[in-house]
Amino acid sequence: MLRFVVRRLVGMVFVLFAVSVLVFVIFNIAPTNPAQRIAGKNATPQLVASIEKEWDLDKPLPTQYVTMMKKIFTGELISYEGRENVNDRIVEGIPATVSLCIGAAVIWMFFGVLFGYLSAIRAGGWLDTSLTVLAVAGISMPVFWLAAIFLNYLCYKAGIFPSGGYVEITSNPLDWASHLIVPWVTLAILYAGFYSRVLRSNMLDAMNEDYVRTARAKGLSERRVMSRHVLRNSLIPIVTLFGLDFGALLGGAILIEAIFSLSGIGEYGYQALINSDLPPIMAITLFGAFFIVLFNTLVDIAYAYLDPRIRLGTEAP
Amino acid sequence: MNGGAPLLSVSDLRVGFVTEAGRVQAVDGVSFELRPGEVLAIVGESGSGKSVTAQTIMGLTRSKNSRIEGSVKLDGEELTGADEAHLREVRGERIGMIFQDPMTSFNPVYKVGDQIVEAIRAHRDLSRAESHQRAIALLDSVGIPNAAQRVDAYPHEFSGGMRQRAMIAMALSLEPDVLIADEPTTALDVTVQAQILRLLEDLNRERGLATILITHDLGVVAEVADRVLVMYAGRVVEEGTLDEIFYDPQHPYTWGLMGSLTRLDRPRPHRLPQIAGSPPSLLELPQGCHFRPRCPHEFSKCPQNPELEARLPEVPGHCDRCWLTPEQKREKRQVEGQIGLEAPS
Repeated sequence: MLRFVVRRLVGMVFVLFAVSVLVFVIFNIAPTNPAQRIAGKNATPQLVASIEKEWDLDKPLPTQYVTMMKKIFTGELISYEGRENVNDRIVEGIPATVSLCIGAAVIWMFFGVLFGYLSAIRAGGWLDTSLTVLAVAGISMPVFWLAAIFLNYLCYKAGIFPSGGYVEITSNPLDWASHLIVPWVTLAILYAGFYSRVLRSNMLDAMNEDYVRTARAKGLSERRVMSRHVLRNSLIPIVTLFGLDFGALLGGAILIEAIFSLSGIGEYGYQALINSDLPPIMAITLFGAFFIVLFNTLVDIAYAYLDPRIRLGTEAP
Repeated sequence: MNGGAPLLSVSDLRVGFVTEAGRVQAVDGVSFELRPGEVLAIVGESGSGKSVTAQTIMGLTRSKNSRIEGSVKLDGEELTGADEAHLREVRGERIGMIFQDPMTSFNPVYKVGDQIVEAIRAHRDLSRAESHQRAIALLDSVGIPNAAQRVDAYPHEFSGGMRQRAMIAMALSLEPDVLIADEPTTALDVTVQAQILRLLEDLNRERGLATILITHDLGVVAEVADRVLVMYAGRVVEEGTLDEIFYDPQHPYTWGLMGSLTRLDRPRPHRLPQIAGSPPSLLELPQGCHFRPRCPHEFSKCPQNPELEARLPEVPGHCDRCWLTPEQKREKRQVEGQIGLEAPS
């Protein structure tokens, strides 16, 4: 177990290094000149040059990279645009992003598992067919489109929900929830649809397993056979998916946050991208990559608990 | 063997499945009786309907794609029409079942002991601790060493033979009257096979457990069975006591099975005899005798359906489905000095 964690931590460092180099290189290949942007439209060449000097943009790329990484990990990174401390902005964005992700995750896991389960035990029936149509519709609707539709009808026209913005949970939990409910649902629909399909097919496979026949032959009730034997074993792949998706979302649900102006990490990343603002792009990418790798590791650990055949850190028997 | 009322009686059982290719009659009129303490072997190739028969007794083949006709009576009580709740009481409690592949028959994510506890608690109002103790005793009784520790092991931590022992322990956890063993030794090593067979034999003797042993291995049958049913393409083609089947087999298919046995007490054949061809598709069964296309002794009467009936006047319990006269059978089954099925010319 310890060996496994250490190995994963080392792996994480490599992944983050690779990601940061890649982002840095891509940014510097792209035809943008940060100094020019910072200086403004009618800047004199002298001004641009002095800005380059001030931001170390005249130094060779590897030096620039090292300086930037140093600043990220000491919390001194300043954005080109607005000259704000990037770390502070990310920390400010965490509550909104985390609220969005957790809320959406609860909804999509609940409905994904519920619909997948019902679909599987009623496979071929009208309930299965209806849920399939629903799930495929949910998967097929692009998030930005769905978000725009909800925003237009539920928030602007019907006025049931506020049309965006984020309220701290500490200041008013009810307001917090009412601001988030539409983004939650929008985000959850895609994943719920997808998860229910995956669970359904996992369960249909599991139903043909010998141990399910054994469970029936023991005289267990159909419900117990389904929940304890079929569902339990089918949830293992769902846990993987969940870990990966959730980890990825914590790095910022860019579209949803931008559309509902949730001022989370995703929206900050969106602004940074529009402004070609490398420091926040770099920091947010690393932040996101960190969570993806972290949740990958958590998934592997969870796996060992869910499936006793998997033992971490040891070779397969 | 003939004394006492049958514990389980199956009469004219028919099981059909609707498949994409058409309707398949997997079991076509199977009848037999099982008395307390008796070991009945059902022998046949894959697809002969033996496993479907066994699973239908437990009500495990019920689905919207299956049609089950005929009658299965346990102690006089009809099971084919019984509701699910009633069948659940029968499963595990009255009839225990073990399966071919002990590797996949346990749920890999639960401890072996917990799966036995689950079976006990599905039927008995026992506490977790009591059931756990009982699981240990059961594992011990089927010869699992260190049962008190092994009870908390996961199935993958058991060897194949141990898993089959644990499976037997689970099937016996509620002291059923009938044990159905569906190819219990097929997936095991030969030495382990013998151990499992010995265990089944002991249980049968000690507890008077009536057993249905499903197998394709006549060697296994010879070890433990009292009576034998030979099935082919969904039908019973021959039925009799162990001695009747082994010493005076009447149906050419049975001869074929006997001929393809490897025997250490006979000179080694040039090539292991086999039955030519393969079992017919259940979608396109030949008219009359189903074995006809593979039988070297086919003659004009074979396209008519032979009933399963006693064809030897002196042995009323020995039935078969073959039109040949007993004299012809006695002559034709001799291949190189032993029972067998000659290759079709």
